[in-house]
Amino acid sequence: MANYSTNEFKGGLKVMLDGDPCSIVENELVKPGKGQAFNRVKLRNLMTGRVLEHTFKSGDSLESADVMELEMEYLYTDGDMWYFMKTDGSFEQYAVEKRALGDTEKWLKEQVPYTVTLWNDNAISVTPPNFIELEVTETDPGLKGDTAQGGSKPATLSSGAVVRVPLFINEGEVLKVDTRSGEYVSRA
Amino acid sequence: MSIDWRPSAEIATLRERARLIAEVRAFFAERDVLEVETPVLGHGGSTEVHLASLSAEATTPAGRERLWLQTSPEFAMKRLLAAGSGPIFQLARSFRDGEVGRRHNLEFTMLEWYRPGLGLEALIEETAALVTRVLGRGAGDKPGPLRRRRYRELFREALGIDPFTASLATLRRLAGERGGLSMDDSDRDGCLDLLMSFVIEPELGRDGLDAVVDYPASQAALARHHRDPEDGASVASRFELYLDGLELANGYDELTDAAEQRARFTEDNAARRALGLAEVAVDERLLAALESGLPAGSGVALGLDRLIQLALGKASVAEVMAFATPRC
Repeated sequence: MANYSTNEFKGGLKVMLDGDPCSIVENELVKPGKGQAFNRVKLRNLMTGRVLEHTFKSGDSLESADVMELEMEYLYTDGDMWYFMKTDGSFEQYAVEKRALGDTEKWLKEQVPYTVTLWNDNAISVTPPNFIELEVTETDPGLKGDTAQGGSKPATLSSGAVVRVPLFINEGEVLKVDTRSGEYVSRA
Repeated sequence: MSIDWRPSAEIATLRERARLIAEVRAFFAERDVLEVETPVLGHGGSTEVHLASLSAEATTPAGRERLWLQTSPEFAMKRLLAAGSGPIFQLARSFRDGEVGRRHNLEFTMLEWYRPGLGLEALIEETAALVTRVLGRGAGDKPGPLRRRRYRELFREALGIDPFTASLATLRRLAGERGGLSMDDSDRDGCLDLLMSFVIEPELGRDGLDAVVDYPASQAALARHHRDPEDGASVASRFELYLDGLELANGYDELTDAAEQRARFTEDNAARRALGLAEVAVDERLLAALESGLPAGSGVALGLDRLIQLALGKASVAEVMAFATPRC
């Protein structure tokens, strides 16, 4: 694998650190006038999603990580693994573990495209689209006439997620939801 | 993809910048310091181990030659001093390879000036006066009072060690802990540089202007040495001026001894070889000028873009430059 030196570190570059694939977030040069230079680097650990800060001597290098982000449709789960299929026409399928799926589990809907991050051809994380349309499977009955304002109530969606919705929403309606904030946007 | 052709500074900022630069020129005109311009390219370059010089191939009357882009205008200005220029200043475009970031840009403007016959103490006062004047014409507040901070005292206060006498093992352990990396193959100065940049520097210049003095002799560069009154340890006769955690200026009681200067260049290039870095051609014309006689005195280099950044309350040097390196 190729190596990248600190002066090649830039946002989005995928490198290996302590055995985990990471994505560079920020790279700051720290240098006393005529002294040795250091780089203070923020990296996102792609396995855990955590952002960490690490210091390198300028000129140090890290091995590149074989990381790819691909669009894949969600197919089904057998309870053990979750199956996704590439949307490039190859019909190639990937099995994803619960650990890699993380919070995305509650935003799953068949035939919706997700971004699957592969490391050495294994899925390590799945990102849902920013907005997704899901059906309400359970909520208190809607209040007639109350379409303008006031109050909210919990609603369970077909994917299992629970979001706050306006009081006028009924079971069976399809809603547009922001997966990043977990907030109701509108009726679909 | 759209191409970022627009300036990295707002046009209004560039107007402010021009106004502050006029202020700098007025400051020196009032003090009878002559403005000079010297070449950006030279046959010799800076041998400093931690500065990476850029070079260019050029056809000159001597044929095809490799010329070095200056990392500061120091060498050419010292040749003018040796030729009898008297006090001089320059706003000089300077180049340092690899140095790009919030506080750095590959090419930047160095405000450098030399004061024959003036001691380091008087130059610290003058530098603080210039900084205070420029900041006073900017958007922010004037800085608080000027304080002298001894390098050694700073380490004692912040880290509880004497940077001159602590063992290499202690320095490596402390630097490793504070930086969160292995410093086991670093030398004393490498460890001290890390502790200075990560622990001490961010706290400097918070209540006023801090002039750090009495650096370790090993970090003298082109400064003389003197004896530390405390225990006679050899220290470098130089200062650095800090404001808001930012290093603004670096001044020397200038080395005038040609033989000593040649020895330091040779040491630098030996250290470069040991580290696998390219050697830099020594500036023979500077050495000849020193041999003919450089008047004793002091000089200082100030990062003008950083000063303007602070004066205008901006977050990075790019915001006060027309086109920072990523957009050049």
